[in-house]
Order: sequence, then structure tokens, then C-alpha cells
Amino acid sequence: MSSTHESAYPVHHVGHHFNNASDEFEAAKQGMWVFLVTEILMFGGLFVAYGIFRGMYPEMYVEAHHALQMKMGALNTIVLITSSLTMALAVSATQRGKKQRAIGMMAATIFLACCFLVVKYFEYSHKFHEGLLPGAFYSNTEITNPKAPLFFSLYFMMTGLHGIHVLIGIGLISWMILRSLRNEFSENFYTPVELVGFYWHFVDIVWIYLFPLLYLVS
Amino acid sequence: MSNATTAAHGDNYLNHEKGLWSWLSTVDHKRIGLMYMATVLTYFLIGGIFALLIRLELLHPTQTIMDANTYNRMFTYHGAIMVFLVVVPAIPTTLGNFLLPMMLGAKDVAFPKLNLASYYVYLAGGLFATASLFLRGADTGWTFYTPYSIRTSGTVILVLTGAFIAGFSSILTGLNFIITIHKLRAPGLTWSRLPLFVWATYATSIIQILATPVLAITLALLVMERVLRIGIFDPAIGGDPVLFQHFFWFYSHPAVYIMILPAFGVVSEVIPVFSRKPIFGYKAIAYSSFAIALIAFIVWGHHMFVSGESEFAAFLFSLITMFVAVPTGVKVFSWVGTMYGGSIRFNAPMLYAFGFLELFTVGGLTGVFLATLAVNVHLTETYFVVAHFHYVMVGGTLMALLAGMHFWFPKMFGKMYSESCARVAWFLILVGFNVTFFPQFILGAQGMPRRYWSYLPEFTLLNQISTVGSWLIAAGFLFTAFYLIKALISGEKAPSNPWNALTLDWQTPSPPPHDNFPVTPIVTDWPYEYRPDGAIVPIQGAAPLPA
Repeated sequence: MSSTHESAYPVHHVGHHFNNASDEFEAAKQGMWVFLVTEILMFGGLFVAYGIFRGMYPEMYVEAHHALQMKMGALNTIVLITSSLTMALAVSATQRGKKQRAIGMMAATIFLACCFLVVKYFEYSHKFHEGLLPGAFYSNTEITNPKAPLFFSLYFMMTGLHGIHVLIGIGLISWMILRSLRNEFSENFYTPVELVGFYWHFVDIVWIYLFPLLYLVS
Repeated sequence: MSNATTAAHGDNYLNHEKGLWSWLSTVDHKRIGLMYMATVLTYFLIGGIFALLIRLELLHPTQTIMDANTYNRMFTYHGAIMVFLVVVPAIPTTLGNFLLPMMLGAKDVAFPKLNLASYYVYLAGGLFATASLFLRGADTGWTFYTPYSIRTSGTVILVLTGAFIAGFSSILTGLNFIITIHKLRAPGLTWSRLPLFVWATYATSIIQILATPVLAITLALLVMERVLRIGIFDPAIGGDPVLFQHFFWFYSHPAVYIMILPAFGVVSEVIPVFSRKPIFGYKAIAYSSFAIALIAFIVWGHHMFVSGESEFAAFLFSLITMFVAVPTGVKVFSWVGTMYGGSIRFNAPMLYAFGFLELFTVGGLTGVFLATLAVNVHLTETYFVVAHFHYVMVGGTLMALLAGMHFWFPKMFGKMYSESCARVAWFLILVGFNVTFFPQFILGAQGMPRRYWSYLPEFTLLNQISTVGSWLIAAGFLFTAFYLIKALISGEKAPSNPWNALTLDWQTPSPPPHDNFPVTPIVTDWPYEYRPDGAIVPIQGAAPLPA
């Protein structure tokens, strides 16, 4: 591990309980996969609730979904998929030790994530304005189906939980930029960036399911 | 070898660093295990006091010491604290944290910082839940059934938030353990050489990571139900209160196996050591834990036979529930088979293992009664159910926790406790437990409903017997606390392996050094090779143990 460029790239210290760096890397990666499984199960509860009420009130879902702005949803889908690309490029740049490029790509990812949230903000405020609110706060008069409030409860819970994950993602990627600036990563150690990449792709995939389920009901 | 020398000079994990801050900021799995133990036991004391007050109130058919609303809050907190803060984390976080890396020959769990974070998450969850006690409290029962939990006044949100937060501790601990078992086994420690406690912990961790997130989203939705009136569980705007029950039991049924599987693990370690015989049916015990974990996810409907489930669904859930008895029976018979023909030593851990076998078998078999549809309709929501799950949770998990605490106490603290005191306490707890809960089977069969503040006068005698039993249990636990604390202060110094056990945790000084092992062990065999003329230590270069 010791070489002359140590001062430029501080060597990551392998945890004392691991035999070597590759064991540590593998453990971290497995841990992240297991964590994502728990995330799937948490979102799973909401998807099951969505499915059950869709089975109970199919016409209501069709009627209520017209209130969602499909074009904005589609735009956000494109924005998030692009952000997954920039994140993947950031991971690959980190692995090859290209610090500047990695930081640029992570900044681009954060920019796209913010774009997603801005679009979401306009969507939400439109719904607040129209009274398309969860449960008891529902006050819209155009969609008269008495069960319609349930659809918006699910809409806000599902996109809300996803939105919280986007916010956490922005925080994590910012932290990765900070650590990159501190020269913590190199070709030999890039685990945190790769794991944040996993997380970000997961957040992206959840949206890829949410978009058709909520916006494209027929 | 320098480590071995320092260890010989008395450097161990307890005195490796000093001061309160060195404990609060430690990432050593052994210290974290002890911090969990202290916290879990504190909550056990709180939940136990509630239990005593509940039993005291039921001494007379009418008001004894509290009014009905106070009583409702009492049993809610007793249930919520005991389930979420005591029995679920009891064995994995205390014994599991302490032992898992040691049994694997590792220096720590895979993610030590995450492990410490899990502890603080657990602590925060507990503080949220108990903070509500000092406000208006909650009276929903630990199951938070809708729509009552949406409408009732009180600080239900705080309790829900507490359980939600504590759940993440459970998830992260499970995650940590799974990766630890995969990645940190000592050289030569193949899967078929793993101690059965490790197998049981693995199966438990799988349930923790798969079931707990569903509880998290369920409780989050219920909080939203109270804050935003989202209506998903509220029939008033087309929601479905039974959906809440489905979600809740999708976690909470597997959760009972989170409670009991680690107990199976402890008993599987204790019985061969004190029978001086190789464990019978190693693979059967190891795999049956996974069978139970699997079946755990497809039986939740048996909590809802009278909640408007279709008859076909009820029939299926009833049938699958009975299948749970098969892998469980495999374990019980394997333990009995291990004892058969062995030279049994009646030390305190073994006595508790016997207590476990007796009480858990009663609890498990009455579970089969309750799985039977026609019987269930008669017994549902009666004291029969209360007696059944106390026999499993207290008689099973708590007995095993006590077996484990007595078994590993010398390893953890390097001190021996008084064996005769331990026997007296064991007797008090075992007898007290049966006196408390056996009458409740009869009361339930006679139709006394659970969760009521008063009862019909003809149930008085059995209720009074039950209340007296609760005092015996309390006396047993107080006595246990007394002699264990006395042992901590002035107990005899424990040898490194007082029971001549074979798992790796015993092949290191008591208390263990900071890094667990002076030299990383190289494993050559499974840890159950007990023979009439001694035992074979499964480590390269180790001398065999005498008989």
C-alpha cells in the first residue's frame, strides 16, 4: 500500500476487523444491497395499498388520475433517468481516479435532482390550489367521485416518500462531493461513491414505477 | 503475541478504555451489547411494573387501585414496551451483539459504527414511546387497531413514532449481522461448522430486514392518518380498517419469530454443553430455523379469523399455521434427543433451558389449538390468548434470555455468580410463571375476555391466584438482580471456560480482550464434539478438554 504519492491520495485505512480492502468493499456492497431490499419492502406497503384500492375502486382511479399533469410527470421521468446516467458516470470517473470529472458529474446529478423537485413543487402547488388534497382535506368539486380523496392520499404518500428519498439523495451526493474535494477517493478506494450510486439508481427505479401507476391509469 | 501478554496482564474490553464517554462512543460490539442489555433491562423493569399493576387491579372484580382509563393505558404501555423495546430486541441486541463476532472468530461486526448508531436509534425510539407516558398517554393496546387508534384522544402519535424509530434499529442490526456472518468468519469456519446460535441469529435477521420495513410504512401511514386524515385505514371515506390489520400482522406475526428464534439459538448452545453430548440433528435444527422464518410470512391471517376474512382464506391460514409446529417440533425433539443418554449437569443455564422446554412446549401447543378455526372462534380475544402468548414470549424468550445470561455471565464480566442463589431464583420464576399464567388458560376457556378492567365475580378466585403468581415472579427477578449485582461486585473470578464449552467465544480469556482473540483462531471442526471422556476443541493446536 505504501508508495510515494501517498500525500496526494491519502490511503484509506481498512477497518481493523477486515482482512483486506476487498473484503471490506464486498461487505459494504452486500450491506447496501440488503438495505435496498428493506427499502423495497417499505415502498411495498404503499404499492400494495395502491393495488388493493385500485381493485376496489377502478373507475375512481381513472377519473382521479386525469387531475395529474402527465406532461410534467413525463418530464420528471426523463430528468431522473438522465440523473442516473450522470451518477453512473460519476462513479466510473471516481473509479478511474478522475476527480474533477467525478465532481462535475455529481454536481450535474444534484442539479437534475433539484430540477425534479422544482417540477414536483409546481405539481404539488397546483393540487393544493385545486383542493386535490389527501383524505379529509379534499375540497375539489370537479372530480365528484366520493372515493377520490383516497387516490390523492396515495398520490401524496407515495410521491412524498419518494421525494424524501430524493432529498436524502441530494444530501448524500453533496457529502460525496465534499469528500472528493478532500481527496478521500482514489482508484483504490471509491466504496462510498459507488454505494450512493446504488441508492440513487434505486430512487430512480421507484419513480419509474410510480409514474405509470399514478399518471397513466386507464 | 504482544496482545496475548497484555491480555494476561488483565487488559480486557471492560478496562481497555475508561470513562463514561468511552462507553457512549464505543464501537466495540461487546460494549454495545452491554449497553443494550442495560437499556433492555431498564425497559423490562418499567414494563414489568406495569404488569404488576395490571395484575393488582385485577385482584378484585371491581376497582382495586385504578380507574378503567388508567387501566387501558397500563396494558397498552405494558404491551408496547415489552414487545417493541424488550422482547424483540432482547436476545439479538444483547447476547447477539456480544457473541456473534466472538462465535465467528471475528474482531467486530461488519459495520461497527452502524452498530452504535442502531443503539442510539433504539434509545431514541424508546424515549419517544415513554415520553408519551408523561403526557396524555395512549389506550389503543399495542396493536393500534384502526379506526379506534385514529379517533382516540391521547398521544398515540408519540408511541407510534417511538415504535417506528425503534424498528429501524432492528432493521440495521439485522443487516449488520447478515453481512457479518457472510464476511467475517474465521479461517476454517465453514457454514456446517457454525454454532447453532449463529444460524438462529441469521434466520432472525432475515425476518428483521424483510418484515420490519412493512411495519415502518404501516405506522407511518397511521401517523399520517391522525395528522392528515388520509383515510386509507378509515372506512368513513372508503378506506379499509382491516387493511391495517393485514399490514400490522404481516410484520407482527413474523415478529414473534424474531422473538423466539434467537431463544432457540441460545437453548441449542446450552443443552449440548450441559448434556456433554454432541448436539442431535445439527442440520435439522439449523435448517428448521429457516423453515420457520419462511412460514412466518404466510400465516398472518390467523390473527384475523374473526375480522371478516373469507372462509377459504381462514382455512388456508389455519392450515399453514399448523405447519409451523413441524419445524418447531423438529427442534424440540432434537434437544430432547441431545439430552438422551447424556450426562446432564443441572447448572443454572441448564435449569433455565429446562424451564424453556416446559413453558415453550405448552405455549407452542396451545398455539395449535388457536390455529384450529372452530376453537379459535370460541377462544379469540379471551385470556386463553393472553396465556398462550405469555407462555411463548416470557416462557420461551425470557427463559432463554435468562439461560443465556447465566451461561455467558462469566464470559461477559469475568465473575461467577452464586449457583445456589440462581437455583432459588429459577424455582421462584418458574413456579410463579405457571401460577400466574396457567389459570389464565382456564379463565379464557370459561370466556373471560382480555383487556377488560373488571370481570364477572365467578372469575375471582382464578384471577387472585394469577395475581399472587405475579408477585412470585417479581420476587424471583428481584432476587436475580440481587445476586447478579452482588456477583459483579464481589463474585469469584471466572476461568476462561467454566463450563468446558466448545464454541469460539469460550476459547479466549474472560472477560475477552478488546480484539476478542489474542490470535485469530483457525477452525478445524464443528463446536459440538463432546465425548464421554472429554471434548475436542475445534481450533488448530488446541488441547482437548477433560471430561
